[in-house]
Amino acid sequence: MHKMYNTSVCSSMFSPNALQSIMLVTRQQQYWIMSSCTLKNQRLRIGHRTKVPRNVNMEKLQHGYLFPEIQRHQLMHLEKYPHANVIDLGIGDTTEPLSTIVTSSMVDFVHGLSTEKGYKGYGPEQGEKALRKEIADTIYKDLGIKPSEVFVSDGAQCDISRLQLLMGPNLKIFVPDPSFPAYIDSSVIIGQAGEFVYETGKYKNIEYMTCGPQTNFFPDLHTASRADIIFFCSPNNPTGHAATRKQLEQLVDFAKENGSIIIFDSAYSAYITDDSPKSIFEISGAREVAIEVSSFSKFAGFTGVRLGWTVVPEELSYSNGFPVVHDFNRIMCTCFNGASNIAQAGGLACLSPEGLKAVQSHVDNYMDNARILVDALTSVGLKVYGGKNAPYAWVHFPGSNSWDVFAEILEKTHMITVPGSGFGPGGEEYIRISAFGQRDSIIEASERFQCLV
Amino acid sequence: MSITQNLTTSISSSSSAFLAPPTFNPRSQVSLPVNVKSVNICKCVATPQEAETAYKTKVSRNANMGKLQAGYLFPEVARRRNVHLLKYPDAKVISLGIGDTTEPIPEVITSAMAKRSQALSTLEGYSGYGAEQGEKPLRSAIASTFYGDLGIEEDDIFVSDGAKCDISRLQIVFGSDVKMAVQDPSYPAYVDSSVIMGQTGSFQKDVEKFANIEYMRCNPENGFFPDLSSISRPDIIFFCSPNNPTGAAATREQLTQLVQYAKDNGSIIIYDSAYAMYISGDNPHSIFEIPGAKEVAIETSSYSKYAGFTGVRLGWTVVPKQLLFSDGFPVAKDFNRIVCTCFNGASNISQAGGLACLSPEGLKAMRDVIGFYKENTSIIVDTFDSLGFKVYGGKSAPYVWVHFPGQSSWDVFSEILEKTHVVTTPGSGFGPGGEGFIRVSAFGHRENILEACRRFKQLYK
Repeated sequence: MHKMYNTSVCSSMFSPNALQSIMLVTRQQQYWIMSSCTLKNQRLRIGHRTKVPRNVNMEKLQHGYLFPEIQRHQLMHLEKYPHANVIDLGIGDTTEPLSTIVTSSMVDFVHGLSTEKGYKGYGPEQGEKALRKEIADTIYKDLGIKPSEVFVSDGAQCDISRLQLLMGPNLKIFVPDPSFPAYIDSSVIIGQAGEFVYETGKYKNIEYMTCGPQTNFFPDLHTASRADIIFFCSPNNPTGHAATRKQLEQLVDFAKENGSIIIFDSAYSAYITDDSPKSIFEISGAREVAIEVSSFSKFAGFTGVRLGWTVVPEELSYSNGFPVVHDFNRIMCTCFNGASNIAQAGGLACLSPEGLKAVQSHVDNYMDNARILVDALTSVGLKVYGGKNAPYAWVHFPGSNSWDVFAEILEKTHMITVPGSGFGPGGEEYIRISAFGQRDSIIEASERFQCLV
Repeated sequence: MSITQNLTTSISSSSSAFLAPPTFNPRSQVSLPVNVKSVNICKCVATPQEAETAYKTKVSRNANMGKLQAGYLFPEVARRRNVHLLKYPDAKVISLGIGDTTEPIPEVITSAMAKRSQALSTLEGYSGYGAEQGEKPLRSAIASTFYGDLGIEEDDIFVSDGAKCDISRLQIVFGSDVKMAVQDPSYPAYVDSSVIMGQTGSFQKDVEKFANIEYMRCNPENGFFPDLSSISRPDIIFFCSPNNPTGAAATREQLTQLVQYAKDNGSIIIYDSAYAMYISGDNPHSIFEIPGAKEVAIETSSYSKYAGFTGVRLGWTVVPKQLLFSDGFPVAKDFNRIVCTCFNGASNISQAGGLACLSPEGLKAMRDVIGFYKENTSIIVDTFDSLGFKVYGGKSAPYVWVHFPGQSSWDVFSEILEKTHVVTTPGSGFGPGGEGFIRVSAFGHRENILEACRRFKQLYK
């Protein structure tokens, strides 16, 4: 594990003097201070300093990225309880081995690289032709997406930053709250956001739209002010909510009225079990207002293999009429050099009829896990959302501080979850539980939930 | 207008020498970049007038993107190659343009990747997300193989999907308020990423340079090492050695000077060592061979040209713990944050291959392939030498930098392509300092290299 933080320094934070100065901040902020404390101590390093100023946008970031933070807590817990059988329901990492249909095609491709006939050097930065076509024809069947509008990548998280690089610092984003942290973090990094405000837990110049049970997990667009870019993830990470057709029509209308661009994250669309739309392009008019980002990570277990794609329709244009797809292509050619050709060979196999069946069976397995977890959590009296169209259960602990609940669950049951506030202030009082574990861990986990009440 | 120029006026494919028209009308000519590396061409589709009323969002185009003059250099070279193929469908075109490796990857390396791929379908062998910084054994092997006695540790190494991607991630770390210096000529990604990041002013057509970048001329007269006393202080200095495109490998004395300059001026060197294994002679392989470099330099490198991993995608960047911003904050911490937020790790299969590359057998296999490309380079050098050209590079890099005094490099490029069906790269694509030069890359099957040289002899006899 990477040892990026010195845990002994963190424990010294709880000396009397330190406590006095932090007593005035909330417990939530204490977790942030604790995680960033080692960064501050690093500033005291002696030695030559360059005269290069630190990027002010990096300074604005409040703490480490959420998921390494969770891992850090896991490490600390393991140091305290070295023999604990920790179950990870935290980071949404897939666990099912890939089907041999997929791996054998990667093996064949790899062997080919040692032959004159099968060797391949640089591929097109936009992705192998066959894969772009297969994505357009299979994932976007009957939706009129052209292969030339599909850009293969090494994953959605990377594409989000490339899209931010494309859009530049002078735009304003709108995010549902709670949301996948990369949208906000990349916005801060690129310079779109203002300072972080401790009292609200929000960065200035980002429009946060609360999505909770009261609004059926959809932002109240009537109260929203205009933003240039609207991030929207459906099925949602972390809430698990899949937007209805009506909701997405509203969203597209809202984007059209405001001249905004939607960046639609459909990484979990394969998990939809009802008739909720799987792509924004199922909504008429979306081609003129939306970009869609997706991934093989959760769809095909490619979290380590690294493969994803972004769709930028030809019609999508900036205010001066310039096509967004041209600039995105330029970014892909200049700041990227294509996804690994081996991963792409695997991706192509995933999209074959046999491959799709195999991939779907894993998805179904994870959704069975989700059902087991949801049932277990509900049976102990907790209010549980999600888990129907996504491999996440979004559990409500009314009146609580989510980091406190996270810590309590970890301490009492040795289980890693994710505190909702890590996804934004709208996630306070909630815990995200992911369903990607192996079946025996999931069953064990559902038994350990009994300890919570 | 020639066919080439017709196709050149579309937005994404205008060359660096042919500037985009000052007022474009995107609705009258829309070009969709279609897989330029295959035989297909960029299609230019003229859309009818009623497209003028097509819906536009109210999102302003990023002004930085607007500053870029043309498409990235290598897709442009590929585009012209494809146009040429259309014109001469039976021509046997030989590509010595884009520096793309051609020789199969040694089996010791592919068998490790096959093994890892296979393992992903087993319970014991399946792995999901890896550490964003790279798998520990690989980081460790890179540190010990390339930086053995140089005091660079495993956790100073960040594994990536390639140097080009790392360059942009480094730019994101530094942000828009820093000023770059680049060698002139240089690998286009340094300048282009700087423009995209908002560090530069507009392109100045008269000098073919972007404002607010310090271009450090490297030519035969100064031994391809810049006169550091003549530049104004930059925050970041990009330095590539052995150099793409000139092939020049900096000496220990030169690099000591560079490190001293960086120390005196508080600048950070981003040292691109992607071709270090091609060095003949005792030139330093790593900037960290120079005392004091850990406090002023970052080094980026790649498996692309060592292991033929141009398509497999694997590289690394070294950010020493000792490298600090002006406020004392370690640069590595911010780079780590970027790697965790804007990236999600290199492919685990590629990393397995990378580890095999660094086994004794793997290292020998890589050196054999590098040796093969170096022989290609010698053949090309000898050819141009024998024809009376002034030839540079070719000793410590797979690139030959040929001087065509008083000529436009795009013209020479076009003439060579037209008359010999050989693709090269025009020097001006690497910056104004490249004008009057052609870069010939030495990646190719031996028979193609020999054939290309025969054709050069024919053309220039």
